[in-house]
Amino acid sequence: MTILVIAEHENGAVAPATLNTVAAAAKIGGDIHVLVAGAGVGAVAEAAAKIAGVAKVLVADNAAYAHQLPENVAPLVAGLGAAYSHILAPATSNGKNILPRVAAQLDVDQISEIIAVESADTFKRPIYAGNAIATVQSSAAVKVITVRATGFDAVAAEGGSAAVEQVAAAHDAGKSSFVGEELAKSDRPELTAAKIVVSGGRGMQNGDNFKHLYALADKLGAAVGASRAAVDAGFVPNDMQVGQTGKIVAPQLYIAVGISGAIQHLAGMKDSKVIVAINKDEEAPIFQVADYGLVADLFEAIPELEKLV
Amino acid sequence: MKVLVAVKRVVDYNVKVRVKADNSGVDLANVKMSMNPFCEIAVEEAVRLKEKGVATEIVVVSVGPSTAQEQLRTALALGADRAILVEAADDLSSLAVAKLLKAVVDKEQPQLVILGKQAIDSDNNQTGQMLAALSGYAQGTFASKVEIAGDKVNVTREVDGGLQTVSLALPAIVTTDLRLNEPRYASLPNIMKAKKKPLETVTPEALGVSTASTNKTLKVEAPAARSAGIKVKSVAELVEKLKNEAKVI
Repeated sequence: MTILVIAEHENGAVAPATLNTVAAAAKIGGDIHVLVAGAGVGAVAEAAAKIAGVAKVLVADNAAYAHQLPENVAPLVAGLGAAYSHILAPATSNGKNILPRVAAQLDVDQISEIIAVESADTFKRPIYAGNAIATVQSSAAVKVITVRATGFDAVAAEGGSAAVEQVAAAHDAGKSSFVGEELAKSDRPELTAAKIVVSGGRGMQNGDNFKHLYALADKLGAAVGASRAAVDAGFVPNDMQVGQTGKIVAPQLYIAVGISGAIQHLAGMKDSKVIVAINKDEEAPIFQVADYGLVADLFEAIPELEKLV
Repeated sequence: MKVLVAVKRVVDYNVKVRVKADNSGVDLANVKMSMNPFCEIAVEEAVRLKEKGVATEIVVVSVGPSTAQEQLRTALALGADRAILVEAADDLSSLAVAKLLKAVVDKEQPQLVILGKQAIDSDNNQTGQMLAALSGYAQGTFASKVEIAGDKVNVTREVDGGLQTVSLALPAIVTTDLRLNEPRYASLPNIMKAKKKPLETVTPEALGVSTASTNKTLKVEAPAARSAGIKVKSVAELVEKLKNEAKVI
């Protein structure tokens, strides 16, 4: 049994979600190969070779794979992946974009966002916004799976010494091209990898008031998230959204400020180790999942909290 | 141009679902069903393209039980011209649905196919991408902006770090993200008119598609419940608990 893991990378570095995906592969068992596809990804391949538990790194370095366009990357993965027992990718926007295209090319069903490995062919995944957990068995010759990073503890980024092998294939389908991107700038930790997350909701009232959360987050070394209500109201950009349709986080500490706790939001954070809710409405559903609840006006509680931590 | 929109009948997003006692699935008996919220956004986008004079005809298609006609009628009331129901079991895999949609695409030859990015029941986020692979078309997933430019479509996509814009050759597949648009409500006169619009029913057999799946659901369980927490009285007490009891700061 040999498993192919599709590496997620950005700015010449391996993204943390790749380490969680390798951890899921290790639970399945067998040799683990990592595919690094992109343009100018020599440094990424070297970094991938150092990941603990990786036996081989395949590098497809070609202009056709820049920006991870699925029309070009999916044929590469399907071509290489047909020889493997499993193909795994992190359930990031890239993984979700590319892998179903690979599965369809291989004529197999995909299993999305697994949170646990039961055996080499059986996996657990949340459905209905995390309100039910399904155990799914795959009889496919190649099992195509995306991995929810928060379901698996990351393997060490150092300690391995895998062989690096170039892959000659290049697919340019000529059907799509990259036009541009607009990335949100942030000095704080990445939301999905942060140990502490402070999130604001509609109760923040406006975007300017998020400065109180940023100040608290900086003191705690935390990332800042938001509910869909805060995003839709234009307080913050949508890549900060935590929930079923945004990012899934499972930090050590999640502080929900002015968030009522709709099921769509809970789907994105209820696996956090400790949940704190600060809300002036003591009937808010968020208090049903919070380990510690404080019924208070957030504009008084947050500055005080910032002073005390 | 002809636009094809796929819609799914799912449990209403406000319903708190319950797992069946025998762990065979979730209990959907007597539960309110609706159009998947991402599919509503897909219908809205198609209707806006028609209002701009870009789309000439909107065909809406659903794969599911005969009751999915309700959701097709809703789409017709919102502005779709005609509907196709592929009558099949309601628990088909994404690949089977993609194969059925591919057969419809082959027949209808749309220039643009719009789907939601994921259904809120299975949470798979696969069908659009699979349809793109099977038809050989380009895909613009998680779209927050769609602009037709000649024989291409520019799609701005919501990605992890922000936004990415790609240019796709038509025909193409687009899947909608939440911020693409704000879906409208159907007016009563339009609901009445929608009852007279054509709705064709076909079967997977007639389309020559096998719906066998390589996935099998063994059981469905309720997630582990969180133990009840406590309410603290002050910020000072909260900080004390986080430091000494939970030890997370």
